[in-house]
Amino acid sequence: MSEIANSIFTPETAARFDRLVTLYPVKRSALVPMLLYAQDEVGYVSDAVVTEIAQRLDLMELDVRNVLSYYSMLRTKPAGKYNVQVCTNISCMLRGGYEILDHCKHKLGIGHKEVTADKLFSLEEVECIGACCWAPAMQVNYDFHDNLTTAKVDEILETYRAGKGKDVK
Amino acid sequence: MPTLVSHPDEVKVISRRFGQGAADIDKYIELDGYKAVQKAIAEGPDWIINTMKASGLRGRGGAGFPTGMKWSFVPKQSEKPKYVLVNGDESEPGTCKDHVIFLHDPHAVIEGTMIAGLAIGSKMGFIYLRGEYRYLLKIMEKAVADAYAKGFLGKNIFGSGLDFDIVTQSGAGAYEVGEESALMESLEGKRGVPRIKPPFPAVVGLYGGPTVINNAETIASAPHILLMGGEEYAKIGSERNGGTRLFGISGHVERPGVYELPMGYNLKKAIYDVAGGIKDGKKLKAVVPGGSSCPVLLPEEIDVGLDFDQMAKAGTMLGSGGIVVLDETVSIVEFALRTISFYQHESCGWCIPCREGTDWIKKTLTRVYNGGGSKKDVANVQYLAENMMGRTFCPLGDAAAMPTLGFVKKFRKEFEDYIEGHKAGTPIITVEQLVGAH
Amino acid sequence: MPDVTFTVDGKQLTAPAGTLLIDACKAAGIEVPAFCYYPGLSLQAACRMCVVRIEKMPKLQTACTTPVAEGMVVQTETPEIAQARKATLQLLLGNHPLDCPVCDAGGECELQDMTFKYGAGESLYAEAKNHREEQKWSPVVYFDRPRCILCYRCVRMCGEGMDVFALGIQNRGSSAVIAPNIPAQQSPDNLAHLDCEQCGMCIDACPVGALTSGTYRYKTRPWEMNHVATICTHCGDGCKTTLGVRSTSDGAEIVRGDNRDKSGINGDFLCNKGRYAFDFANSQDRITAPLVRQSDGSLKQVSWEEAFAHAGKKLRELRDARGGKSIGVIGGNRLTNEEAYLLQKFARTVLGTNNIDHHRTADYVTFAQVLAGQQGRTASWRDTQTYPAVLVVGGDPTNQAPGTAWNLRSDVRLNKARLYIANTDEIKLRRQAKAFLKLAPFGYGFFASYLAGDSSSASNASSDTSALDGFRDAVKAEEKLLILIGSELRGADLKRLIEFGLTIPGAKFALLSDYVNSRGAADMGLLPDMLPGYVPVANPGSFAEHNVPSEPGLDMLEIFEAAGRGDLSALYVVNSNPVARYNIDPAALKDTFVVVQEMFMTETAQIADVIFPAANLYEKGGSVTNSYGDLQLVQKAGDRAGVRTDFEMIVRVADKMGADVRALVPFGKGLRADMGQTRGAQSGEADRHAVWLTANNLEPKLSPFDPWAILDEIQRLVPGYNVLRLQLLSGNDQHLEPSAAAAANPNRRDLVLPSGDNLFTSGTLGRFSPMLNDVQQYQGNEPLIQIHTAAE
Repeated sequence: MSEIANSIFTPETAARFDRLVTLYPVKRSALVPMLLYAQDEVGYVSDAVVTEIAQRLDLMELDVRNVLSYYSMLRTKPAGKYNVQVCTNISCMLRGGYEILDHCKHKLGIGHKEVTADKLFSLEEVECIGACCWAPAMQVNYDFHDNLTTAKVDEILETYRAGKGKDVK
Repeated sequence: MPTLVSHPDEVKVISRRFGQGAADIDKYIELDGYKAVQKAIAEGPDWIINTMKASGLRGRGGAGFPTGMKWSFVPKQSEKPKYVLVNGDESEPGTCKDHVIFLHDPHAVIEGTMIAGLAIGSKMGFIYLRGEYRYLLKIMEKAVADAYAKGFLGKNIFGSGLDFDIVTQSGAGAYEVGEESALMESLEGKRGVPRIKPPFPAVVGLYGGPTVINNAETIASAPHILLMGGEEYAKIGSERNGGTRLFGISGHVERPGVYELPMGYNLKKAIYDVAGGIKDGKKLKAVVPGGSSCPVLLPEEIDVGLDFDQMAKAGTMLGSGGIVVLDETVSIVEFALRTISFYQHESCGWCIPCREGTDWIKKTLTRVYNGGGSKKDVANVQYLAENMMGRTFCPLGDAAAMPTLGFVKKFRKEFEDYIEGHKAGTPIITVEQLVGAH
Repeated sequence: MPDVTFTVDGKQLTAPAGTLLIDACKAAGIEVPAFCYYPGLSLQAACRMCVVRIEKMPKLQTACTTPVAEGMVVQTETPEIAQARKATLQLLLGNHPLDCPVCDAGGECELQDMTFKYGAGESLYAEAKNHREEQKWSPVVYFDRPRCILCYRCVRMCGEGMDVFALGIQNRGSSAVIAPNIPAQQSPDNLAHLDCEQCGMCIDACPVGALTSGTYRYKTRPWEMNHVATICTHCGDGCKTTLGVRSTSDGAEIVRGDNRDKSGINGDFLCNKGRYAFDFANSQDRITAPLVRQSDGSLKQVSWEEAFAHAGKKLRELRDARGGKSIGVIGGNRLTNEEAYLLQKFARTVLGTNNIDHHRTADYVTFAQVLAGQQGRTASWRDTQTYPAVLVVGGDPTNQAPGTAWNLRSDVRLNKARLYIANTDEIKLRRQAKAFLKLAPFGYGFFASYLAGDSSSASNASSDTSALDGFRDAVKAEEKLLILIGSELRGADLKRLIEFGLTIPGAKFALLSDYVNSRGAADMGLLPDMLPGYVPVANPGSFAEHNVPSEPGLDMLEIFEAAGRGDLSALYVVNSNPVARYNIDPAALKDTFVVVQEMFMTETAQIADVIFPAANLYEKGGSVTNSYGDLQLVQKAGDRAGVRTDFEMIVRVADKMGADVRALVPFGKGLRADMGQTRGAQSGEADRHAVWLTANNLEPKLSPFDPWAILDEIQRLVPGYNVLRLQLLSGNDQHLEPSAAAAANPNRRDLVLPSGDNLFTSGTLGRFSPMLNDVQQYQGNEPLIQIHTAAE
């Protein structure tokens, strides 16, 4: 039973949030991960998410918005079910990151921060994701895919399209 | 899943459990895990700090501050609780070393955190991972849960009468949060903007309490150092640069990967021997030696030892140990643009020189790249970078200015030729792409 | 803190250790430029303009974050530093629009000044500037994003200073932007808005023209205005407001109010009303010609001469026929002290009546009587900025005395003062309080008794009886305590509370009232039983020379009761609207001759037989006394053809009644004349020579309409009004202490009627402020939900 009446989150997530705020000396510390976990569930940080999180942490909604707009992984509009994030930073760039990005654009028919019509995929060009030695790399939601080739990307996208892709949140 | 590499020149200290299933707590224990923390409890804080000092370990995040000294700055008495903070916000382009530590040896991070806590008299540690490292966070969360389950964490650890708790924390996408005070802000649920220093974290840190904040690799080194002895560890490395470190070699090399090499190991050897030389037999054009913020080295400058002092002498930095190798096909104009685009994207925007400086350098280089540049633009880029250096609120400004200055100074002719239509290298980024992410 | 000695630009300086270098330099006359630094607000080190060279430091250091240290050697202007500042400016100017010719801040812009100084004239960039449309955040706050240099002053001013937190910083890097608390997608008009106290402090703090005032923007250029420092007419705090005045065809229009020069007792503070609610003065609804009621019941515009003659003749006849006791006089809370004094003197010596009163908003009679004979026990407004401990019983300073609230917040924030609050409501200031005690409804009297030691009152004082003891003990343990008292406490309750406070040797008191000169109205004897200075009418002391009636007159309610009985022959109302305030049936006054001096056709003016168009407080000179007893100078700023000061009109009516004007106003005695203080729109540029002469009583007062002639008499006769003239005339405040005789009629009615004003209302006057109406309507949709329910 969540401490917040009429939580917009699933009971599991609500319970997780109830616990999260107890971990820190200051409740507000839960804000950044909470926003991310809320996004994992809702798909993006909606106004309702902002409202409930503000309530949970005794913050003003403005505070929540100030913080949320700072972090590049947090979004205020829905992404696709599978958010494909292609790194083009230097190590990936040197090993074909842009080729992978272009391939994804072509394959999915969408550009940067766009969502496919069926809402299955969205695409994002991202900064370094810490997979430099296994470049080029990308993440689909949180899962890393590295040493990419265009053929490998096709395979990966197909797996997700078939609903068989890894998606650990 | 990152591939593990290995080379005979490696000295495996931090990486000695990699690939052996040490994420499993029993396996970790079998591999001498949680022995160091028990030794630390038995010997006490002074011994820990002295051992760390003797080890010559310097911060692996990039600044290279001596770890033992950092720990010794924390006041013994404090009204406010003290904290240990592990910086796993690994975000410097070219750097993926903490990635493999979290993946292969999460308990070393936990044990190191406990050791730091014992050294400074803290009861609570936080392990902060960048938001993108969710699968690693899961590994860390499990490791922490397992450690609690064994009674290694929580009340009365190892019968010492001391308590120690660890909380894992996720970021949500911000390079700037890798700056120690920005990380504390983020952990307090705020925008990741750095704090005014002084006061330094050792005195006023997380929640206003004295705080030790160390890079994950630094922390993970501590258990090994305590077990092998500070002097022994120091012997592995070079003068004033104790031990080994994880070097991520990426870009145009045959065998990219994270290698553990002794401090002071020759950069040229690292590229040509350890990483197998330039990919596809091409010629070397340049090396960014320690993550993207380090000034570029020319082929003739790479016969240098990989430690903080030798790299500084060579006019660059050891940084985070991410060695990025560029072959002859690379357009430096493009590479410089991609580098500044990153810093422009990641500038927190707090101070004027960084916020506006990164933006104007990027805009100017974009125009140059698109063929609309003039020679004055190269001078302007240099002027902007020079006026950012040392003038910004935090080191991000320097991190953006230093590589920019390196590129325009060392490859000035390439920039000027480019502007005149003689484009060196093979541009990869299209104009369309430039309007994209950054 | 011990002093340290250090060197700046070759000069040896001394300052207390811990002083910020930027402040130490400023104190020594060395200006270190800064955008983000703002005294009293948290440090940012963001703009990098204040960089200086400190010996032994590898990099340039920010003077705003560096405390001075013994032996420190600093350079503040070297070529290296100038270059750093120039480069910073060049970066800012890359995107900053160069629309200075149409920008409100043009001419008073810190970015302009810096660019002028450091010569960042040429542009390094070929790219187009990022343009964004201006945004209307509220009726009074507009945001021009490209002009914003992100110094975060507004954010801190709103959060730290105002405790409102309506502004934030969103996005990052070059996309970083100041954002208001209502995002576009949550607004009906899909535009971002501010839900806040609409104080406009963010605008004053803004170093550039990014935040502009809804009422001032694009109206004029700063150098086209005269700037007149005067006192805000609204609440009892008496903040200084600097009015920007511009000539118009029929006078001088006030176009702006601010306090950017940070002078006056209020430092940099102004609330919504102080900043914007001068606009009633410019209203088209002003009465600008005398009106006399005709036999057919209509009001007819007549000449001044005719109106004065008519009123004078009528009043004289009625006085002579039915006696002074049949006449009532009601004064206002926004008159100057000189006018209030003159009005009561007119009532008592010309009309021959003690039937005089005003809309009382605090029981100053009891306050003065309980403190009679005490020295140094009344608090100045300035004490609220510095006192180490403050007890606030009753009142709601945030809404009713915003300047007091600002001071208390600052005192807590900057001096770590301990604030104790006892209130029947959860007032916003509790967020700064060390202890907040929720009192039971009507619990103030019981609370006063409880403090005084009557434990049996506990349960009637507060339902939280467990907290009472701790609260009382904490308060009693304070050695220096400021006790601010709301108007809820009157008579015996007030007496008990003050008597309790007097047991604390370092305690000082203030009683909060509602309007700019509510205190002055009481001090100047607009009371039926009290002469100026709370001298009882029965025992007039120094006022014996006036031969006033010795019987107390009728109070406000009795005056109207008399009218209802047909016993009131005439009613003289100056700057007051009793008909609306006391809900009087106009029919009760059908047989009463009513003279009203007013700006607007109020409910009272509507039933008047003679209406004299009055100037307001921004259109005259004189002095006012705030709730705390701080005397300040008001100066003429605006002007309107066809209106006259209340002072002049009273004198002229007295003259037409055949009174000895020289006895009423002791003018022409070779002491004092109005040398520009009250004349014309140029009066703000005070003639310093004249100020000196007047300050030293060397000027002849040539006119009976010169309020300063009355000040001589106030000074001479009113106990406690030992005015230091140079202090007053040079625009400084001075604290006065009433020194009334104790005792009085214990059955005396206090008749306090709180105005119930909030941040956006101001009695009858407020109804004639278009801005206040706009803001009320605007905030009506956003009832301060965010700021009042936010977490502490």
